[in-house]
Amino acid sequence: MSQIHRIKGGLIDRSTEISFTFNGKAMRGHPGDTLASALLANGQRLVGRSFKYHRPRGIFTAGSEEPNALVELRKGAAQEPNTRTTVAELFDGLSARSQNHRGSLEFDLMAVTDLLSPFLSAGFYYKTFMWPRAFWEKLYEPAIRASAGLGRLSMEEDPDTYDKGYLHCDLLVIGAGPAGLMAARTAARAGARVIVADEDFVLGGRLNAETLEVDGAAGADWAAGVVAELAAMANVRLMPRSTVYGAYDHGVYGVLERCTDHLASSGGKPRQVLWRVYSRHAVLAAGATERPIAFGNNDRPGVMLAGAVRAYANRWGVAPGRRVAVFTNSDDGWRTAADLAAKGVEVPAVIDTRDAPAVCDVPGARHMRGAAVMDTKGRKGLRQITLTDGQMIDVDCLAVSGGWNPNVHLTCHQRGRPAWRDDLAAFVPGHDLPPGMVVAGAANGAMTLAAALREGRVVAERLGYADKSDLPRAEDEPRDCAPVWHVPQSRARAWLDLQNDVTVKDVKQAHQEGFRAVEHLKRYTTLGMATDQGKTANIPALAIMADCTGRTIPETGTTIFRPPYTPVPIGALAGRARGREFRPYRLTPSHRWAEANGATFVEVGNWLRAQWFAREGEQGWRDSVDREVLMTRGSVGICDVTTLGKIDIQGRDAGEFLNRVYCNGFATLAVGRVRYGLMLREDGIAYDDGTTARLGEHHYVMTTTTANAVTVFRRLEFARQCLWPDLDVHLISTTDGWAQFAVAGPNARNLLRKVVDESHDLSNEAFPFMACGEVTVCDGMPARLFRISFSGELAYEVAVPARYGNAMMGVLMEAGREFDAVPYGTEALGVMRIEKGHAAGNELNGQTTAHNLGMGRMVSRKKDCIGNVLSQRPEMLREDAVKLVGFRPVDRATGLIAGSHFIGQGDAATMENDQGWMSSVAYSPSLGHSIGLGFLKRGDARMGEILRAVSPVHGREMEVEVVSAHFIDPDGERLRG
Amino acid sequence: MIINHPLLGPRDAAEFVYLGDAALIDRPDWQAEDAAEAFHAYGYLRDNPAGAHQELWYHEQGDRSWLVVTRDTVSHEITAVELARDVARARGRSR
Amino acid sequence: MRYSALKILREGLTGNKGWTPAWRDPEPKPEYDIVIIGGGGHGLATAYYLAKEFGLRNIAVLEKGWIGSGNVGRNTTIIRSNYLLPGNEPFYEMSLKLWEGLEQDFNYNAMVSQRSILNLIHSDAQRDAFVRRANAMFLAGADAELADADQLRAELPFLDFDNARFPIKGGLYQRRGGTVRHDAVAWGYARGADARGVDIIQNCEVTGFDIQEGRCRGVETTRGAIRARKVGVCVAGSSGRVMALAGMRLPIESHVLQAFVTEGLKPILPGVITFGAGHFYVSQSDKGGLVFGGDIDGYNSYAQRGNLPVVEDVAEGGMAIMPMIGRARLLRSWGGIMDMSMDGSPFIDRTDIDGLYFNGGWCYGGFKATPASGLCYAHLLAKDAPHPVATEMRLDRFARGHLIDEKGMGNQPNLH
Repeated sequence: MSQIHRIKGGLIDRSTEISFTFNGKAMRGHPGDTLASALLANGQRLVGRSFKYHRPRGIFTAGSEEPNALVELRKGAAQEPNTRTTVAELFDGLSARSQNHRGSLEFDLMAVTDLLSPFLSAGFYYKTFMWPRAFWEKLYEPAIRASAGLGRLSMEEDPDTYDKGYLHCDLLVIGAGPAGLMAARTAARAGARVIVADEDFVLGGRLNAETLEVDGAAGADWAAGVVAELAAMANVRLMPRSTVYGAYDHGVYGVLERCTDHLASSGGKPRQVLWRVYSRHAVLAAGATERPIAFGNNDRPGVMLAGAVRAYANRWGVAPGRRVAVFTNSDDGWRTAADLAAKGVEVPAVIDTRDAPAVCDVPGARHMRGAAVMDTKGRKGLRQITLTDGQMIDVDCLAVSGGWNPNVHLTCHQRGRPAWRDDLAAFVPGHDLPPGMVVAGAANGAMTLAAALREGRVVAERLGYADKSDLPRAEDEPRDCAPVWHVPQSRARAWLDLQNDVTVKDVKQAHQEGFRAVEHLKRYTTLGMATDQGKTANIPALAIMADCTGRTIPETGTTIFRPPYTPVPIGALAGRARGREFRPYRLTPSHRWAEANGATFVEVGNWLRAQWFAREGEQGWRDSVDREVLMTRGSVGICDVTTLGKIDIQGRDAGEFLNRVYCNGFATLAVGRVRYGLMLREDGIAYDDGTTARLGEHHYVMTTTTANAVTVFRRLEFARQCLWPDLDVHLISTTDGWAQFAVAGPNARNLLRKVVDESHDLSNEAFPFMACGEVTVCDGMPARLFRISFSGELAYEVAVPARYGNAMMGVLMEAGREFDAVPYGTEALGVMRIEKGHAAGNELNGQTTAHNLGMGRMVSRKKDCIGNVLSQRPEMLREDAVKLVGFRPVDRATGLIAGSHFIGQGDAATMENDQGWMSSVAYSPSLGHSIGLGFLKRGDARMGEILRAVSPVHGREMEVEVVSAHFIDPDGERLRG
Repeated sequence: MIINHPLLGPRDAAEFVYLGDAALIDRPDWQAEDAAEAFHAYGYLRDNPAGAHQELWYHEQGDRSWLVVTRDTVSHEITAVELARDVARARGRSR
Repeated sequence: MRYSALKILREGLTGNKGWTPAWRDPEPKPEYDIVIIGGGGHGLATAYYLAKEFGLRNIAVLEKGWIGSGNVGRNTTIIRSNYLLPGNEPFYEMSLKLWEGLEQDFNYNAMVSQRSILNLIHSDAQRDAFVRRANAMFLAGADAELADADQLRAELPFLDFDNARFPIKGGLYQRRGGTVRHDAVAWGYARGADARGVDIIQNCEVTGFDIQEGRCRGVETTRGAIRARKVGVCVAGSSGRVMALAGMRLPIESHVLQAFVTEGLKPILPGVITFGAGHFYVSQSDKGGLVFGGDIDGYNSYAQRGNLPVVEDVAEGGMAIMPMIGRARLLRSWGGIMDMSMDGSPFIDRTDIDGLYFNGGWCYGGFKATPASGLCYAHLLAKDAPHPVATEMRLDRFARGHLIDEKGMGNQPNLH
């Protein structure tokens, strides 16, 4: 029998025993246990070490507010650091290890820091470790870092999957205690769509931890009855194990549902689901959190919150100690004494700070009126307490009750400020709640069971849901509470933030040093910054600061709570968007053909494009790319250019519209002709370029760059709807509708002649450079043909409906067989555009103007167009502006480096002497050496000049010659041929 | 956030793309004497109020409407949603 | 009081009773030579350098709440000088050099930790741009280093090299980049300024300017009128609100940026890592929390809080490059209000109103700029001329057409 602290009762299944290990030690528990309740049942009091001083610590609470009892749960890749034992459900085979100690949990070598604590008081590290300067990073900081942190990540990829979902409801009920269940039942009976979410795995809230009765039945049974009623209703969704972690704008709540954390394995199912809940209204019924009283050595394993002690006794059938004293400033602590005594646990004393009669009869307990605990003994487990009058009492557990704080957290998520209530000595929700939220029960300061039930009903009624049935009967149990935060007689350190080791003295020192604003206090002492976010520590610390400043607590301030309510795994927030599923892939129409023909693919935004097509015997990518370029320029090559944006533009004013969105004129473009267009942003910077074809009187097709396909369309819609709403023009994106192929090279026409139906005349006279038209291919299939050229060769682009794209690629290649046609990828495309001096993304980078690009004269001053006015600002037209020109290495065997900067011969490589930069480079197989495009101050006037291109990050520089950017066929004879 | 689209009803703000102040509708006359100053103010200066703000949102993952949303920049409360085209016309924009 | 190890020892042995306030809590005087509005990092640094470098004494810093309550206390603590453009890079490099000697300078350990910053590269075009930037950094006297994928695999084996949607093709390091304990920056400057006679006045909100005949003669505050020869506004995040009191419209929009921290973990990250194909950057604090962030929410906002889509987007970015953080838990999130300027770069400039000066528009890059911003603003306030590294940070640059647009996104603040 390992479960030496089990007592009778509780909501656990005693018919089944399950085994688990803690630090390798085998232990046993029952279904229904948490890891904490099972550890207590097995007599394990020492569970962890604190952050700063490595003090031995035990289980302090029975809920998600736990500061002390954190473990590394599970093994291997599934290892989960900083897991609160108080909310981890026990499962068979569970393995947990304590954290933050060097050596064993019992003999932690780092505990030496505790002895040095006088020198490690609040903010000590801001005052030292500064000399000599280099030592901070070399010595002090590494030492601090090595001892910092709590649990360890496995460093392996998270093996579980996570899912996301969206839910909609009339009413989201947050917390399934008495108030929440009443609100849910009232609204559900009235037909509302209700979601009930509770972080616990058993719904009922404190009813499961108390011996209170509702309608004459045990509270837990009443709760189970209501839950059963709700579960049977189609308009209700019950969500246990689900934490509402954040209240966002417009009634949106973030909810984390833990689906398989209570199982030994997720079994391939999502471990957790992140729900976004869209609610008309929400009832916050999140209950209250008990707070401690600070006194000397109040951090020993065995010192616990009184409400937690009775929860362990009542719900889990565990006595956290054999002799349990109660130290309280309120009536509530007496319930713990009474419940324990009723279960046969020895309660030697109830120590009440109030000089008042006993609240109830506790058999065997001495009632110490107006007394307090000022010290404890028992380093690894409580042995004895010392009262302010010097009396010592041997105990192994001390249940402390300092009153309860309403869980107002979610009311603050939209910057609402809680309000102070003197009668409760606690903050309650303020008036500026998130829109749509109401608060009920203990979260709202309704601290008795009867009041909570009543409020649950009332708030639902206030939202318009009526239930005529009688309110359940329950008592208004005594809840008087005296505001006692600290026992001033304590001589030993009195702890406030148990995890971060912040003491009363630290708060006083912060005050002494002027860190008196609440946020200064928190930031200076680290109070409330631990994994529990100060749920048990903040208010007592605030009270002590108030005491120091001689002001009230509300005058001293309050802390604003921010999401999440309890910590949320990053994996859950990311959901399925990870690994290759991080973002969707867009595949080109000829993707399958490319895959089958040796393509290597490259990510271009979300697109996957063929980068090159390797052939057997080629030694590396350069071999393939050089071949693709030479064979295209030598005969014919084919490239899938579907990724370019395509926008269909129609309407009587389509031409006028184009004339306004391009900086160059479009008014004179004839039907059946294509024109190159340059688009500016309204700020006058070059934005995007492409061609627009006029297919009919009122019908145009615009192409954009791949990168800007989405945003150009967005901007055109802006111009259409917001700037010129009465122009008759309509837009639709057809990027995905048409598969488009560039067919380039001297044999392009010959190849296309075999594909385009014979009725269409492709002769240079009938279909010259920059012609376009609707044609048919392959015996009647509709297609579009554009005689445009990015490569500088005789070239066409042919478009067919996207679903024929893959087949079209095959048809083109088959027709090209006699010409040794090659498919080419984005690399060859890039090489050929550099050879022709065309600007692409590296040049159109959002920082360059038409003036810089050498296209300043394209900006028409005779018409209105986007960007026209601002492009004429004086410093954008500077005479010494950088201009796009070509470069070649003086030593032709040298490879140019994109990103190198131009420095004059004999000048130092400094920013003052910087004359521009190399934007794109390529090895030109046509010329047999490296070529580059770059921006150079007054570059267009410096042909033939020799400069240095420096790349200090490579430790290299080289001499380069300024040349025309048109490396190949500068007069454009090929593309017109 | 949720934007109550005048044609489609309430939609999650994640379906939209934000542009900025609805004053961007009021593009100045390029031929005006003070066009340079007017375009500078139009392009670069903002009221940036802490409070009610008329702003442009584009329903990119939806019907491609540009909307003018009146939203409080402190509370994020939305009090009006209109089609930008209607607002533009009401402000005198036409062709 | 000078802080030292010896002082800590002595105090430790005598019950830590001798510590005195880090700064005084003075009543505002009726008149100052210079009034700085805004007790954030930049405002406090400005006051500190005015006193220390320019010998001025009669200075007040007015803070509407508690000092450091703005963005200096709600950022992701990164310092770096990996900028591209001549209007920016020398300024940020000077800032980094100031960081390197800051703690000894103001006798406060702000935990300046040059743990390195790494920008991951995922495409050839990105590499070209990073090479250009790295070289610009060299030209300005900064450090930069290119790493290939193999080197990164050896140094950071936990990154996703084999299953990534956007494969890691290398990275740009700045080894001198790193992190600083953010609150301590505000406190160190405050303490140093206070020791040199600067009045730091908390809970003192400016409600108006006293402007007569085109000249600013002081401010109205919740604690009375204060006259000043010069008034320096330094309230990034609230610039729109405060300058509206002077009747000025700015090339700035206010946006919210969220940031995040996980529970404390034993050390896993050596330095700062930024993801080049998603929106995610991360470092690990000395306390063990992973501190991370991503994009701004993207809509005008003065609420210091954000919404879920960005939270999830940032987490996705994190999982995309380091899937081992899946079981680390997000502990806290918060929002800060950014002065998003029209080209993504800041302003340190005079205004058209004599005696009124403006510092703002820091977008989400203000923290690393704190020392240089303070020094340059102090220079401007003291000498009425811009500091040589801040000559381009002028309000009229848009009218002139001289943009400092690092990302090339144009006049749309939420894209910077």
